[in-house]
Amino acid sequence: MQKRFVTIWFRYLLTDWLAVKRPALQNIPFVFAVKDHSRLIITAANKLAEAQGVTCGMAVADAKAIIIDLHVIDDMPEKAAKLLKALGEWCIRYTPIIAVDLPDGLILDVSGCAHLWGGERAYLKEIVIRLKSKGYDVRAAMADTVGAAWAISRFGQVTPIIETNEHTTALLSLPPAALRLEPAILQRLRKLGLTSINSFISMPRSVLRRRFGDSFLLRLGQALGLEDEPIIPLRPIQPYEERLPCLEPICTATGIEIAINKLLEVLCQRLKQEGKGLRTAILKCYRIDGKIVAVDIGTNRASYHIPHLFKLFELKIATIEPALGIELFTLEAPKVEDVDPVQEALWAGKPGLDDLNIAELLDRLAGKVGAGAIHRYLPDEHYWPERSVKLAHSLQQKTAINWSNDKPRPTQLLAKPELIEVTAPIPDYPPMLFIYKGIRHQIKKRMGRSASNGNGG
Amino acid sequence: MPDTKKQIISQLQEQILLLQGFKTPIGSAESIGLGEIEAAFPNGVFPVGTIHEFLSEEVEHAAASGGFIAGLLAILMQNGGACLWIGTDRKLFPPALKAFGVEPDRIIFIDVKRERDVLWAMEEALKCEGLAAVVGELREITFAQSRRLQLAVEQSKVTGFVLRNDLRKLTSTTCVARWKISPLPSELEGDMPGVGFPRWNVELLKVRNGSPGVFQLVWSAGGFVLINKPILQTQSRKAG
Repeated sequence: MQKRFVTIWFRYLLTDWLAVKRPALQNIPFVFAVKDHSRLIITAANKLAEAQGVTCGMAVADAKAIIIDLHVIDDMPEKAAKLLKALGEWCIRYTPIIAVDLPDGLILDVSGCAHLWGGERAYLKEIVIRLKSKGYDVRAAMADTVGAAWAISRFGQVTPIIETNEHTTALLSLPPAALRLEPAILQRLRKLGLTSINSFISMPRSVLRRRFGDSFLLRLGQALGLEDEPIIPLRPIQPYEERLPCLEPICTATGIEIAINKLLEVLCQRLKQEGKGLRTAILKCYRIDGKIVAVDIGTNRASYHIPHLFKLFELKIATIEPALGIELFTLEAPKVEDVDPVQEALWAGKPGLDDLNIAELLDRLAGKVGAGAIHRYLPDEHYWPERSVKLAHSLQQKTAINWSNDKPRPTQLLAKPELIEVTAPIPDYPPMLFIYKGIRHQIKKRMGRSASNGNGG
Repeated sequence: MPDTKKQIISQLQEQILLLQGFKTPIGSAESIGLGEIEAAFPNGVFPVGTIHEFLSEEVEHAAASGGFIAGLLAILMQNGGACLWIGTDRKLFPPALKAFGVEPDRIIFIDVKRERDVLWAMEEALKCEGLAAVVGELREITFAQSRRLQLAVEQSKVTGFVLRNDLRKLTSTTCVARWKISPLPSELEGDMPGVGFPRWNVELLKVRNGSPGVFQLVWSAGGFVLINKPILQTQSRKAG
């Protein structure tokens, strides 16, 4: 089957993206600049700036001489790659094979896709219109080879669609820069007066190799279709989700248990292969009456351990109301994390908070009584007893502060303070007795003061 | 002849203990740091991997029990183990445990609303082998409930402590020992100012296959110290 490729050129990728994000920038010239030694060099200019002669590689000072109120924004080095990846993933609606072509393009392998959109012209038009409506100024071209499509999208003047086997003729009138050559080679070609591809395409290959090297011939061959050009397609991340349709509606607890087990088996298999574990999971039960019943579980540490996860769901089965029956179960894991590889212990592991059993126990407890019921305390540097502890967020959390042992602390602390009446021999002196709930308590011994007003309370 | 009879009786006793799950200590068993109190237990070893019951009539007793249990936890958790403290209306103040040698951050507190949930959580926790000990604060516990807890620990060998504060419905349980801890005024040498080391009056009301007694303990130098000679009571042979 004849291969067909589309290349999309985002002429003002970064500036278009920023203009969409900040509409205030839409009608003013602005550039991205990066500091190079002591001067600012422009890395991207928007359409308005470029129309007045400001180009990439220019110093900002020179550009400001042309446009006085030029808006300069700090360069975002990794942004272009991220944007292209996101745009590429969006383009998967048009073809499954998409590669990012840094710094400003996308390559789509559209072999056998165009007829689904009613022909190549309609297909290309759809892509360009949709991208333009998102605010990106794009040029796209279609040809038999990646190289030819690239050349036409950047330099083509006549038509963006090059019919099958026509790409050689279409390339003839284009400048050598359309072949994706290195600047040094381009300069040499210009010096020799070879201003279009037509002028050197008929030269013997040995002559070209001697003058311009192997890379030149490779690029030429790729454009003409004589050499293969591999592209690395994007791989979209599959969401962690499994579905289980049922032939007959399920309305028993046993049936739900079987469904959960089956879903967990498939999901955990995948998680295990990828070295991930789930932190949260949602089970959705689609009932025949159109309602969706959802239950969710959470774990303290990433897990792909089926019996454990099943136990967590088992606690929630009672809350699932099947009504007339459930026809579809889906299980999704919105939050997954890398699992620490568990090392087989030669001897019994040291018990402690890192123990997997404890994490699983706490998951079960949290599933039944709620995560808010579980507390763990860490020391905090405060003088007041009630403020000398703080809640820990996780089982592994540690602080640099040690528990202080220098002053005696009460074994118990009342949640609410209770009223006592004290009698002291003279003011500001330790009391002799106190009355609590109508009973007189004589004070025999005393030591220090634990709480004081020194904290501003 | 009386010698052989004694021997037979001691052998039979040992067998009965084995049947009841008390293992004869191999070599030198680890001490819990209770000194002579340990002699009250069968084989002279504080039974870990079982359920202990603590009674507290008054609020002060509960505080004293908390401190005493913390002292026991220090030994149980000394190899880095974690502990669960389950209750409905917890007053225990974590930093206080440090005084008894327990790292408070290795204790996980479960504060639930209903008594039922305490029992459920306790049973689940006692089944978990990774824990050093589980403490549960309960108002009351029935025989059946205590048996469930006992069955849970038989597999996992976790030590459980049940703190009961409603003594009006004092039912028999399967717990290996029933303790009653009450505070004692501390004493200082001479006329020194301040408060001395904490002291407890420890009453071992029931010990399965052991000999109950009353002891006075003081916490000093990071361990329990017996104040006077224990008064051993006559062994009660009542079941439960």
